[in-house]
Amino acid sequence: MSVNILMPALSPTMTEGKLARWLKKEGEAIASGDVIAEIETDKATMEVEAVDEGTLGRILVEAGTEGVKVNAPIAILVAEGEAVPDAAQAAAAPKAAAPAPTVGAAGATPTVIAPAPVAEVAPKAGRVFASPLARRIAAQKGIDLGQVKGSGPNGRIVRRDVEAAVAVPAPAAASTTPKAAPPPAPVIDVPHTAVPNSTVRKVIARRLTEAKSTIPHFYVAMDVELDALLALRAQLNASSPAEGPGAFKLSVNDLLIKAVAVTLRRVPKVNASYTEDATILYDDVDISVAVSVPDGLITPIIRNADRKSLSQISNEAKELIARARAGKLKPQEFQGGSFSISNMGMYGVKEFSAIINPPQAAILAIAAGEKRAVVKGDALAIATVMTVTLSVDHRVVDGALAAEWVAAFRSVVESPLSLVV
Amino acid sequence: MNKTEFDLVVVGGGPGGYVAAIRAAQLGLQTAVVEANHLGGICLNWGCIPTKALLRASEINHLLHHLGEFGFAADNVRFDLQKVVKRSRQVAGQLSSGVGHLLKKNKVTVFDGFGALAGKDGSRRLLSVTKDGKPVATLSAKNLILATGARARVLPGLEPDGKLIWSYREAMVPTELPKRLLVIGSGAIGIEFASFYRNMGAEVTVVEVLDRILPVEDEEIGALAHKAFVKQGMTILTGAKIGPITKGADNVSLSVEAGGKTHALTVDRVISAVGIVGNVEKLGLEGTAVTVDRTHVKVDAKCFTGEPGVYAIGDLAGPPWLAHKASHEGVMCVEAIAGRHVHPIDPLNIPGCTYCRPQIASVGMTEARAKEAGHKVRVGRFPFIGNGKAIAMGEPEGLVKTVFDAETGELLGAHMIGAEVTEMIQGYVIARTSELTEAELKETVFPHPTISEAMHEAVLAAYDGALHI
Repeated sequence: MSVNILMPALSPTMTEGKLARWLKKEGEAIASGDVIAEIETDKATMEVEAVDEGTLGRILVEAGTEGVKVNAPIAILVAEGEAVPDAAQAAAAPKAAAPAPTVGAAGATPTVIAPAPVAEVAPKAGRVFASPLARRIAAQKGIDLGQVKGSGPNGRIVRRDVEAAVAVPAPAAASTTPKAAPPPAPVIDVPHTAVPNSTVRKVIARRLTEAKSTIPHFYVAMDVELDALLALRAQLNASSPAEGPGAFKLSVNDLLIKAVAVTLRRVPKVNASYTEDATILYDDVDISVAVSVPDGLITPIIRNADRKSLSQISNEAKELIARARAGKLKPQEFQGGSFSISNMGMYGVKEFSAIINPPQAAILAIAAGEKRAVVKGDALAIATVMTVTLSVDHRVVDGALAAEWVAAFRSVVESPLSLVV
Repeated sequence: MNKTEFDLVVVGGGPGGYVAAIRAAQLGLQTAVVEANHLGGICLNWGCIPTKALLRASEINHLLHHLGEFGFAADNVRFDLQKVVKRSRQVAGQLSSGVGHLLKKNKVTVFDGFGALAGKDGSRRLLSVTKDGKPVATLSAKNLILATGARARVLPGLEPDGKLIWSYREAMVPTELPKRLLVIGSGAIGIEFASFYRNMGAEVTVVEVLDRILPVEDEEIGALAHKAFVKQGMTILTGAKIGPITKGADNVSLSVEAGGKTHALTVDRVISAVGIVGNVEKLGLEGTAVTVDRTHVKVDAKCFTGEPGVYAIGDLAGPPWLAHKASHEGVMCVEAIAGRHVHPIDPLNIPGCTYCRPQIASVGMTEARAKEAGHKVRVGRFPFIGNGKAIAMGEPEGLVKTVFDAETGELLGAHMIGAEVTEMIQGYVIARTSELTEAELKETVFPHPTISEAMHEAVLAAYDGALHI
């Protein structure tokens, strides 16, 4: 029997949203848990997961449609081989989509004697029940059986399940690089609280797993003296009008954003992305700045940071960070970027290495500036020093180039006049 | 007055219907069966079972004429055809009453009459039951399963007349052995009758319009069967075109074009075995969403017809026309109705058996079909001549053939000809249903000495090489 797929509410307050794109085509088979579409709200892009299995019979709301009301039918799910109704049926009791980004659906049921259908026994964690043929095909295709839902007797994984797993396309935001399936969930039997993963958490998990498992990372660290930059900052901040539209208060981070942008102009081969066919060198310098938010992190972008003044960067960054923490970024404000910065200086971190934000080729991890004993000439001296670590994609950036970049960055920071001219 | 309200009413008490009813009763549904003729249907009364009784007799006759091979001698070997037929009918009768007992034991109500859809009462289905045109009862049920089966297809000019031209029904109860018999159609039914009558001593000619006999079987197996039948003295005409028929007082003349020649035949009896048609008439399907396509009811993978509360199974619902397919569909359909999670049947996992001599059994794809489907195949063959038990039994003619997918090791198909193969094919069916690969089959220990060792060897032959050839 066909069921309507409804526009889900991604948050309790959401009333409408944009159906950004469909990840399944009409006629395509859908398994429970498949990501079928992406919904954009003013906060973020979220994935819509199918609750029921079947075939996507008809798409009622085209991709790119704005202002789709919550609980409006967006597609019709039919059983395999079932005729597809032209329009959404009047759902008897539409199970409103839960706040979770899932689709609820209910339809008129035919005259069946039916107690509720007894669901297949879900495969238990631990031992995987699979037919020998399913095991062999999974091994040949690199499918992790721990991630495959069995449809055979007692939830046993059979050939069709593995073939379906092979056929599922890579998720939306993922690059074209084939993604290794995550390992089977460990069995946790000590007392614990299970916090359900938010979609943001799932996206972070997926993207970072993808990044760390598909990008050959390597790391180049360097100590950078900050005294000149701090002096410049004090000087500039002192020149700011007390208030009014021209007022600014530069943070160290603002200066470092600009320093990164200037460095990328000097060593432009790091402002890049790897693709199978070519290395992409970006024309613009768009800096993604990692910002921690209550349920994860997000990377708002300072576009054309090399061409913006420090006060512009500062005001823009403040505004973006505030909106990021309030969950009010538009997708185009955090999607894209050509290079990332992660600054944990405010936490007193000595040094750390960051995971690249794909498809970018590098990310700079900035640790705390602290007074250290340094040797100047042949004498001990005190200087404010921070350790920065550049994580790079070795497919795009080789060691010498990475070293050249961090050396250039040190030079820019230690002789910071280029930040203002 | 009988109870007339049920959870489920099954129309037809054949191997699909009565099995569905028993399963429904097991699941707690109030169930009734409506049967117009005999419980057990064609299979039990006029098909599978009585023909096996006849074929057993013909095997004994064959054996009695080959006693010398085993060191025996007997004079004046003969049979009484009436008694052979009588035994066959007794076997059918015994099993038919057995079905009655099974249904009674499971508290399934049986209505003797013809069932037809008779509209709805709210969401409940109504079914009228008539006997000899007179109403017997009107039943009301939440769900109906149609399991009315099929009957022999009748070709124009070859209408069974009960005397010279027989359908399976007359062919099963001969009063005397025809001296010359023509069998039209070389599917399982035609070939079994040809084998029975030939082994009882009749001169048998088989004509087939297609270019080979047993067209659904693997070509290699079909060719071996052809050769064995010709050796037994059968005449086989393939790629044949049948000319007009002239009926005499006690014989039939006709011409058959085959192989560029015209054969003028005169035979005593003709058996028409040219397929079947579904029993879709008078079921009250008009005005419902039930779709009939070439005499069969269209259903989805769970046997649902599209009309709320109406399901169809078995021969009525389409090929393959096999009792075990009907029974399995009956069980699956009832479980789906009862809300259980069911697995639709994979047609490639339904075995087919033909009980001629030598027997033929198969499951899955033929070699040709596997290649058409784009598989790179590995084929294994093992002849019975390399099998100790077969030789000891005096049955050294036979072959087991396996077809594997070269990439995945899936057993795509298995094809067997020879003694006892119908009893052995289930081994390969289990392998297919459980999705075993060549690895598990190779590692399975087969008992010695059995003919089944040939099944093991045919797997080895597709990979490392058979041991005994």
